[in-house]
Amino acid sequence: MKPASPLYALRRRRNALFLGQSALATTVGLGCLAVILATLAVKGADGLSLRVFTEMTPPPGSDGGLLNAIAGSLIMTFLGVLFGTPLGIFAGTYMAEYGRHDRTTAVVRFVNDILLSAPSIVVGLFVYEVMVATLGHFSGLAGAVALAIIVVPVVVRTTEDMLVLVPDPLREAATALGAPRWHVISRIAYRAAKAGIITGVMLAVARISGETAPLLFTALNNQFWSADLNAPMASLPVTIFQFAMSPYEDWRRLAWAGALLITAAVLILSVAARALNARKGP
Amino acid sequence: MMDMNTPAGAAPIKVDVRHLSFFYGDTKALKDVSLPLYRNAVTAFIGPSGCGKSTLLRALNRIYDMYPNQRAEGEIFVDGENILDPKQDVNLLRAKLGMVFQKPTPFPMSIYENIAFGVRLYERLGKAEMDAKVEGALRQAALWDEVKDKLGASGLSLSGGQQQRLCIARTVAIKPEVILLDEPCSALDPISTARIEELIEELKREYTIVIVTHNMQQAARISDYTAFMLLGELIEFGDTAMITTKPKVQKTEDYITGRFG
Repeated sequence: MKPASPLYALRRRRNALFLGQSALATTVGLGCLAVILATLAVKGADGLSLRVFTEMTPPPGSDGGLLNAIAGSLIMTFLGVLFGTPLGIFAGTYMAEYGRHDRTTAVVRFVNDILLSAPSIVVGLFVYEVMVATLGHFSGLAGAVALAIIVVPVVVRTTEDMLVLVPDPLREAATALGAPRWHVISRIAYRAAKAGIITGVMLAVARISGETAPLLFTALNNQFWSADLNAPMASLPVTIFQFAMSPYEDWRRLAWAGALLITAAVLILSVAARALNARKGP
Repeated sequence: MMDMNTPAGAAPIKVDVRHLSFFYGDTKALKDVSLPLYRNAVTAFIGPSGCGKSTLLRALNRIYDMYPNQRAEGEIFVDGENILDPKQDVNLLRAKLGMVFQKPTPFPMSIYENIAFGVRLYERLGKAEMDAKVEGALRQAALWDEVKDKLGASGLSLSGGQQQRLCIARTVAIKPEVILLDEPCSALDPISTARIEELIEELKREYTIVIVTHNMQQAARISDYTAFMLLGELIEFGDTAMITTKPKVQKTEDYITGRFG
């Protein structure tokens, strides 16, 4: 064997150094995440009980649960997705199918990307001005609209990306049979991109289910059971925000339980979205 | 009429391409191409890559309409009607001129639905009628025996050759008059290719067939007429036997004897 040259030895040391740095960064990053999750699991499990799911948020010092907040979150998340998804899918469809080469599409895509990364508190303030201030009261509906505004750009982006991935020959084949444009899109392109589009919607659900800022000035909060969309509505994130900041021990325990619930829900959704995506292939 | 190589008493003309030029943006891909396509005959477009043979095929059913920046000039008469006329209903035109692509393009749905998709565009059929239609199309594409027990399986689960026959079945199911084949065998193995070639021989009885191929032997085996193209121009058109044995133009001879391409 040839003796190792000094250059080779240097290269090996550099490699070891680089590998060490990468490994360290990964450990620190994953370690932080593990600590966060472990703390959440331990503290959350401590506050978790059947009462969390059956009783309303309590005043300080008495027993209670998070039922109204869970219900409020479910209602507003559902409505947010219901309002936001069709808008997002149609806009994404326009961009990928009808206006793929248009200048308008490039502008819309740019604006959409800004909206995608806009601080959600801005969305909350916007809806506050448009709905809460004009109607004169906080409402669950305003909360749902704020969430919908966050859903739209996520769904637009994934819908466009997934439709662009559908191979053109597939569209050509359907067109060559004499299928009109909308038919090609709705029957062929959507079907081919289905898994990806659903993944996008699920990611949007995961995103909004943890949002606090857009709900603070719109749905506000509600200590009691309320499914009235015209009235302030409780939600998990806002309740967590309120309870976690409080000096009361029992409130803080409930906040941990709520945080665990949201995290678990988001985790399940993300895993489901990934599983769906993995099945996308033929 | 326009060509000396055409034998007297040839079949009537189904499609007549006249002075066709085609543009991708500013690039002229076809230069003043004129040729006839005879009824119930197989016409092959041959030539090296980039010669415009696929472009010519794609002009015939105006599939290029899907893309901005692509346009055709000239006239293409199908049964005497100029299909490049903007007033022409392109969807009806495409029902009349079916197309099969280079790579098999089964839709992401079941074998049955792959066929029913096209049929439903034109007819509202009951279950039994649709079943019969699907079976008929699959039989015509020589695929029925292989798939009759798994019509509900995804079209994507078939082999490449089967997928291509599924695409042919899908095309014949809507009863076109002309079938345009864009290098239908280039992604297939020799056995699948042989099956498709036999099938084309069969289909010729009912349809006018145009096939783009860069395989000279394939053109010689299955076509009645051959158009040789080079750099967007039609160099020679005529009876396949004539073109492949004694071409009149030197460039054609160079190509078929393997001097280039």
